[in-house]
Amino acid sequence: MAVADLPKPGNDPHEQIVLTAVDEFLAWGKENSLFYLLFATACCGIELMQAGGPRYDVDRLGMIPRATPRQADLMIVAGTITHKMAGVVRTLWEQMTEPRWVVSMGSCANSGGPFSKWSYSVLNGVDKYVPVDVYIPGCPPRPEALIDGVMALRERVRRYRTMGVRDRDPHVVQGADCRFGSHPGKPEPQA
Amino acid sequence: MTIEAITLGGERMQLNMGPHHPATHGVLRIRVESDGEIVSSCIPDHGYLHRSIEKIGECIEWPMFVPYTDRVDYVCAMNANLAYCVAVEKLLNTDPATAVVVPRRAECIRVLVAELNRISSHLIAVGAMAMDVGAYTPFLHGIAQREHVNDIFEKLCGQRLTYNYVTVGGVAFDLHETASEEIASFLDQFEKEMVRFNKLITTNTIFRDRCANLAVVTAAEAIAWGLVGPNLRGSGVDWDLRRDEPYGLYGELGVRVPKGERYAGRKGAVGDCYDRYIVRLLEIQESVRLCREVLKLLPPAAAKANDPIGGHQADVSKVLKRPPKGFVHCRTEAPRGEMGYFLVSDGTKVPYRVRVRTGSFSAAGIFHKVMRGIFLADVVAVIGSFDVVVPEIDR
Amino acid sequence: MNGMTFDAIAARITQVCEEAMVVRSENGQPFVRVPAAALPRVAALLRRDPALLCDALMDLTGYDRLKYPGNEASPANDAIAVVYLLFSQQHHHRVMLEVQAPRALCAVPTVSGLWPAALYFEREVFDLLGVQFVGHPSLERILCPDDWVGHPLRKDYLYPAQYHGVPHLREGQHFDGAPRRQGDPEPAPTPAPTKKGHP
Repeated sequence: MAVADLPKPGNDPHEQIVLTAVDEFLAWGKENSLFYLLFATACCGIELMQAGGPRYDVDRLGMIPRATPRQADLMIVAGTITHKMAGVVRTLWEQMTEPRWVVSMGSCANSGGPFSKWSYSVLNGVDKYVPVDVYIPGCPPRPEALIDGVMALRERVRRYRTMGVRDRDPHVVQGADCRFGSHPGKPEPQA
Repeated sequence: MTIEAITLGGERMQLNMGPHHPATHGVLRIRVESDGEIVSSCIPDHGYLHRSIEKIGECIEWPMFVPYTDRVDYVCAMNANLAYCVAVEKLLNTDPATAVVVPRRAECIRVLVAELNRISSHLIAVGAMAMDVGAYTPFLHGIAQREHVNDIFEKLCGQRLTYNYVTVGGVAFDLHETASEEIASFLDQFEKEMVRFNKLITTNTIFRDRCANLAVVTAAEAIAWGLVGPNLRGSGVDWDLRRDEPYGLYGELGVRVPKGERYAGRKGAVGDCYDRYIVRLLEIQESVRLCREVLKLLPPAAAKANDPIGGHQADVSKVLKRPPKGFVHCRTEAPRGEMGYFLVSDGTKVPYRVRVRTGSFSAAGIFHKVMRGIFLADVVAVIGSFDVVVPEIDR
Repeated sequence: MNGMTFDAIAARITQVCEEAMVVRSENGQPFVRVPAAALPRVAALLRRDPALLCDALMDLTGYDRLKYPGNEASPANDAIAVVYLLFSQQHHHRVMLEVQAPRALCAVPTVSGLWPAALYFEREVFDLLGVQFVGHPSLERILCPDDWVGHPLRKDYLYPAQYHGVPHLREGQHFDGAPRRQGDPEPAPTPAPTKKGHP
């Protein structure tokens, strides 16, 4: 039984004892304590810091930045990755202990971003070097978008089983429909 | 932080700091050779964020380069936009046929957003320096205040970090209706918050003693090594482009310029880390004052966007297709020092050469000199006091 | 604080070095073109002369004149122009120098003995434009990786197709008008352009 499907315990002692598989319990623990590797390269790194700051505060989701890959479950690749940096990203990813997940934050990490056409030194997407679980578009994505991507990742982490098959299909966070909005010059959405 | 310990006789060892390391300055790698705790040599390794922005400048049209200037220094993106736009306007003004007059309201808005961004940039600088030294709380206060500035900018132009707002000839959008009130109320509560911030960290004995007399750069050295901005002023040189070579509205405003004066007292020296830190705090105060002045000078908005007094953008689309042939060099005062643009134009709508000269590049150049003989733990304090952001070094 | 005008500074420079030429760009910006061999003399004069005292090297950069329009008749067609922007913090005057380094012998004496700021600037110009600075203590690449081939800011630079086995473009990624990469087929000859200027 999944943890979410369990009935809420009432006063009946028979309802107050919860039995579940150890694996599910561990996955629930992993999901709610994803320590992320503080890996900020460029502009998205500032939004990552703001996400860890007082207003958006990913700490309430259990996410704490760790400086060393040995203690991190999650690598949020935030920022442009150049060819010179790519080997370092791979090394850091290899130093992370299993189970590990990678979130590609921002257009540059997804596909090279604004530098993909004209730059000679930018890697067009970090997924050439590490397998990515969640792509978050944006330049830079708002902290809410980052949290949205992390929530999608948490669903995946909850399904993680020690002896199971790893879900490798990447999930792409759908951005807001930017054609409409309350910004000057943009049309109102047709009702 | 990966550490490869190679003993080189005695207690000498080689450490590798970066390119991924927790001090929030970006992907900077420093090869440190130290004798126990004392650093004997410190060689930086750059290029981990070299995104070929100068080459991109040769491939796209003049106004299309503005978003890339955001990425040159994303912590103070408005100032970076402004530096490029002022340079392009200077180029256009070298030929009377293509001269551009920026509307007065746009000039006021430019100064307003530039100074607000200077405040938020310096908050990151002083907060990150405190965090590197070991004090985590002031950084969070700085980030919280930065969120208020981000809110104002988000209503203004839709973006929180890389604004693409200051354009050639003015600014992209006019101020929203409640902008002046929001900025005024932000400045009021910000001043109270800075008092709290200063009580937390600035007058803290441990912080002052750690930063005093550390990495002292004399005035002559600062000039010779090409330091600019607060790094130069922290060494006692009284020079600020906003006052001495004013552009835009700064000539009317009269900027008061702080400089390093051995603020740590007996234990310090002019040009140490504490001086540079205090200079940034004083610049924050000055920016608050400038914002208030500009709010008084703001003319009312006009109906037409290119109205010379009340408009927000002069019409430059035609002249940018055929700018004057030649070059121009123009520098403006960004929070990290002067940003100098050397633009070469061949008369077409695509620049021939866009050169960005940034303050952090020269600051990185002096690292190997000032970091000899200091403790290993002070290396991060020194990097923090010079306030380098790696995209400015690597571009 | 008694700043000299550009003409006065240029007059002092031509006193010391007869080959130096005062040039005005097409949009009226004045600068002094100095031959590479004379650069140490001129730089020392600008740095040490008490009336000039240009103690700050504001910028040291360069650009490739290969595709600059109007160049076709000039012998400096294929030169890399190295630009020095000097400023005096005492007298508050500035001057711009230009040294042209032909591609065949792309070497310029260093000024890092006079202005230590040049140590980094010259490494960058070497890295991105391929100009050798004779006498520089540690002339190596600073922005591109150490095993990078070519000098990217040159106008005839071909972008690499891959780096360490990883191709630059993603699978299926295609841009119209993207820069040519090494290994790309030659483009079809274009008809003569109606407007001057590089494409």
